[in-house]
Amino acid sequence: MKLKQLEGLLGNLEQFSDPKVELEQYPTGPHIASRLLYMAESMYGDVSGKVVADFGCGCGTLGIASTLLGAEHVIGFDIDSQSLEIASINAAELELDIDLILCDIKSLGPKGKFVDTVVMNPPFGTRKKGSDMEFLSVALKVAERAVYSLHKTTTREHVRRAALRDYNAKSAEILCQLRFDVPKIYKFHKKKEVDIAVDLWRFVP
Amino acid sequence: MRLLTHNMLSSNVKGVVNGFPLRLEASSWVEKEVEFNADFLRSMFPKIDWPALAGAAQKIGYAALPDTADATMLESEDFLKKFHHALLEIHVEEGALVCPESGRRFPINKGIPNMLLNEDEV
Repeated sequence: MKLKQLEGLLGNLEQFSDPKVELEQYPTGPHIASRLLYMAESMYGDVSGKVVADFGCGCGTLGIASTLLGAEHVIGFDIDSQSLEIASINAAELELDIDLILCDIKSLGPKGKFVDTVVMNPPFGTRKKGSDMEFLSVALKVAERAVYSLHKTTTREHVRRAALRDYNAKSAEILCQLRFDVPKIYKFHKKKEVDIAVDLWRFVP
Repeated sequence: MRLLTHNMLSSNVKGVVNGFPLRLEASSWVEKEVEFNADFLRSMFPKIDWPALAGAAQKIGYAALPDTADATMLESEDFLKKFHHALLEIHVEEGALVCPESGRRFPINKGIPNMLLNEDEV
């Protein structure tokens, strides 16, 4: 599948109808999502024929993109049941099968390296400090091959240090920097649209 | 929820030492054909807890899997086909996953297991 085609399909997915501020629910846009998965597959072969987990999957964008690129089995995890319902509808519309689990990533038991690859757009940890790092810590425990994640560029050194030193990642590499358009979906947003610089990381557990 | 996912989940209720495998109770499930991929099955085999998979498959009436399995069986096309079916083609829609130690039930609705813990279980 071509990148443009993937981006087009992801652009049709339904997103949060009533985003919850405490969970930092920002949709992963089709531009970012398609590039994340496309790089994971074309540069590293981390998707096709693999077991992929989408942490904090929300409406399922990254998980669905993984399935479209040939992942053998995809599991989306989220703490919000309404998001999972939308994810389920999104997958069904495209006639794809992804498994969904309602759970808190923090209490996901470390049952060894049960997936090949984790893809995630974690909460940025702006509202609840450290939540993005909690996701990363668990992701590095369950992934065998790689973890792909988005983090604010302003936290770059912190992310690198924590991954390598605290979570024992073998490597932490920035694949590219992207602009994350956060539309004004919450009342506390003063500007119409905020453009946040984010790094796309690839970690090797 | 496929049985492959079941094979990865455990109960993490506070105080539980061994929350795996979760006992499967299924009241409804569907079967959907998935393209056969022998390489994938061979690479997954070492990561699968076989008794947990065979036990879960039996719960939904699929008794074709042997009670124990070892890597030499991966030579057999027949074995791989059964492994493939149990692992990927059965989707549990309604039921529950039960913690083997505490008996805590995690309901499955519309195919989605609810593994959320209460405050006093964390």
